[in-house]
Amino acid sequence: MNVEFVLNGRRVSAIVDADDSLYKMLRSLGMHSVKCGCETTNCGLCTVHMDGKAVLSCSVPAARCAGHEITTLEGMQEEAARLGACLAGEGAEQCGFCAPGLMMNVFALAKENPHATAAEIDAFLAGNLCRCSGYVSQRRAIMKYLEQVTGEVRA
Amino acid sequence: MAKYKNYVLAQSLEEAYALNAKKSAVIVAGNMWLRMCGLSKQMAIDLSALGLDKIEEKEDAFLIGSMTTLRQMETHGALNAAFGGVFREALAPIVGTQFRNTATVGGSVFSRFGFSDVSALLLALDAQVVLFARGAVKLSDYQQEAWDRDIITHIRIPKGQRAAVQSVRVSATDIPVLVCAASVSDAGLRLVLGARPARAQIVVEHLAPDCGAETFEEIAARTAFGSNLRASEAYRRKIAPVLMMRAAKACREVTQA
Repeated sequence: MNVEFVLNGRRVSAIVDADDSLYKMLRSLGMHSVKCGCETTNCGLCTVHMDGKAVLSCSVPAARCAGHEITTLEGMQEEAARLGACLAGEGAEQCGFCAPGLMMNVFALAKENPHATAAEIDAFLAGNLCRCSGYVSQRRAIMKYLEQVTGEVRA
Repeated sequence: MAKYKNYVLAQSLEEAYALNAKKSAVIVAGNMWLRMCGLSKQMAIDLSALGLDKIEEKEDAFLIGSMTTLRQMETHGALNAAFGGVFREALAPIVGTQFRNTATVGGSVFSRFGFSDVSALLLALDAQVVLFARGAVKLSDYQQEAWDRDIITHIRIPKGQRAAVQSVRVSATDIPVLVCAASVSDAGLRLVLGARPARAQIVVEHLAPDCGAETFEEIAARTAFGSNLRASEAYRRKIAPVLMMRAAKACREVTQA
């Protein structure tokens, strides 16, 4: 079946099977930032935005995307560079495999609650697993990024 | 992973109901668990284009569309204001934000998961399940029924109650080891235990909200619990009275606030 949707601001179409996931469709369209980790809805690696909301692309049927707006990290390069610099600056990465999913969820957080406290950051990002960082450095980096977004200096 | 031959984005509930009459069809809601259950179907029927993703406040109840996500319920101001913030409190520990942006209330209720936080809370709030063909059915009855071919259109939650939820998890965001939902209304205290690990169940109703600890011990003693990878039957039985006591206390505090 043919699915037409908006991908990173551009109208695209893709031929998919009835049981294909959004994740599989995006990979076939060259969106290689979208990773598949657990495929059981737990790890957050496959996070993309659907109509502005962070969703797990491993669970969204590709066919459901018809007429919707999908955004991946490829479509947010400017913001990715800003957040990436914060993550690098705080030593918040080792392998980087989880980074695209984490970043997409941070962008969702920045839109929904840019003044998030440390506890609110932890709660919002609870669905993004990382086996390298221990999360503390990620939290520091995200707080720095949110400072840049809001212009507010945190204590 | 689930296998489908055809995918239909239903244009009306009538169409979805007619298509779903065949056993070879399946309704796709949030698709979080469905896709992992390894079933193979001729047709997947998607309800996402039917406008069933809204929360409406009526005079005496909230009407929640079956495709409403858990995150919508968690962040809905009026819904949380009416029930003392219990949806925010109860749903936030479920996996992660992205999961809750996709998982739907209809999917949770239809599946009657034995680990569901959602069903436990809705049972405590005396919710009704509105089905396309059969109309409104009490959730407490629906929970006991076998899966059928009817389609959930809405969940109806009567106002005039306060509720609280307590749960124990091995780790944050995991499926609960045990969940206790409590509500207080003019009819008294109602307690529900979920993740026993079996379908959530009302364990007591019409209880005085300020009952003593021995009452909770007594309820736990006559409730069926089981063992699974997360906890033993004995562990669940031991923590059940504590969760019930805490939930009842939290309910009283919400009511008095």
